Amino acid sequence: MQTYDLEANGLRGLNSALQELNGSSNKTAWEIVNPKGSHAIAVGLNSPIEVTVKGSTGYYCAGMNQQATVRVEGSAGPGVAENMMSGTVIVEGDASQYAGATGHGGLLVIKGNASSRCGISMKGIDIVVHGNIGHMCAFMAQAGNLVVLGDAGDALGDSCYEARFFVRGTVKSLGADCIEKEMRPEHIEILKDLLARAGADAKPEEFKRYGSARKLYNFDVDNAQAY
Amino acid sequence: MCGIVGLFLKDKSLEPKLGDMLTDMLITMTDRGPDSAGIAIYGANADGRAKLTVQSDTPEAAFDGLDGALAEALSADVSIRVIDTHAVLELPAGKEEEARSALAELRPGLRVMSAGDTIEIYKEVGLPEKVAERFNVRGMSGSHGIGHTRMATESAVTTEGAHPFSTGSDQCLVHNGSLSNHNALRRKLRREGVRIESQNDTEVGAAYLTWKMQNGATLGEALEGSLEDLDGFFTFVVGTKDGFGVVRDPIACKPAVMAETDQYVAFGSEYRALVNLPGIEDARVWEPEPATVYFWNH
Repeated sequence: MQTYDLEANGLRGLNSALQELNGSSNKTAWEIVNPKGSHAIAVGLNSPIEVTVKGSTGYYCAGMNQQATVRVEGSAGPGVAENMMSGTVIVEGDASQYAGATGHGGLLVIKGNASSRCGISMKGIDIVVHGNIGHMCAFMAQAGNLVVLGDAGDALGDSCYEARFFVRGTVKSLGADCIEKEMRPEHIEILKDLLARAGADAKPEEFKRYGSARKLYNFDVDNAQAY
Repeated sequence: MCGIVGLFLKDKSLEPKLGDMLTDMLITMTDRGPDSAGIAIYGANADGRAKLTVQSDTPEAAFDGLDGALAEALSADVSIRVIDTHAVLELPAGKEEEARSALAELRPGLRVMSAGDTIEIYKEVGLPEKVAERFNVRGMSGSHGIGHTRMATESAVTTEGAHPFSTGSDQCLVHNGSLSNHNALRRKLRREGVRIESQNDTEVGAAYLTWKMQNGATLGEALEGSLEDLDGFFTFVVGTKDGFGVVRDPIACKPAVMAETDQYVAFGSEYRALVNLPGIEDARVWEPEPATVYFWNH
């Protein structure tokens, strides 16, 4: 286990040290102490290492992650796991705005609540939020799964494409072109797997599925009101 | 961008440390706003006395003999405390408007930063650290305070354009965001007789709240009204004589983090601003909801 004191040694040194492991196959465990809400902690990783941040982070923690497992033992600021390609990011506390935005792959787990625009423009990432999510989540989401054990705020899935949304609690409102959909056996299977991987204590049958009505895929003047 | 910090103390034993804590918070937010910085601090209230905080670009000339000249104009006892480019004038309560008129005659270049029983506002162009040093904010005590670091998006980088803005007695407002209907609203409010001195959008936000309250709204109602009548992106933190409020617009893309313990309520644009507060590890930390008014009173 490598311990890195962020306050004493600085951000550039940390990200250089972690990124030097990119491409190597060493499974190395890192612990980052004194994050104190700093920005851009553990970004651009590309090797199967395990990084634990002992405290809360600021903007863009674990951005552009590939392969690595990053665990935040606190809350995360805006843009956690933004544009993740693969790997796993776990936030023990809450996540601020646009968690997992534009993610192409991998798994983001938020044990607390996520605020607005969680999963905005997701492109294949899986996101599991144990608590609630805010407004405009999964706006223009294209692929992947957003699982919410709590409630969702306004305009869930506005103008979404083929991403799937599973919500156990209430949805304040659905965005343009987002509708409730039938929960078929294959969806139960997907959800079961995601809940297990996220360590979530919930049954797939308790969730409702939402997704695109596909009416906005092509411009049709009859749909102008729906935009 | 811009950075906002605020600290509302519940525990009186922390009051001597208010300036110190606020300074650390302010400096942490430098990279959100290095253009100018300012603080409003709610300090001790002298019985029956009001305070006017004034600023001058030529303080030596402007403040020399000002207390005597103002005392003569008002036929009242006036004292002056000079701190760098600012000075706090103390005068009998109820004489603030008269004093403003007298000051406009006596020292036409002087700017009134704030008026009230307890509020003092200090703001200048420059890095937050330098601004805090010039006014020795660390040494200030008080019950609550609000600070701002500015990255200008509306109006010039001048002392006048720095935050906080005060448009009513013991009121102040700091803002992160940009209002898009401030020109029309400024004209409307001026027609209603509200004093607005700068071209800055934030001053219009402050003046809007003052105007609502002059028409009978509580601060909570005025803040609710701002959600209807102000167009744009905003996170507001407001101070009153004994209160501290927060509101974000319905889209809420400007960041905000709050923390509450038995000792204080704190606000920061980022969590970083709060990390050195006592007991922050065990505080309730949350992100204020969009279009929701939060308010604390002593």
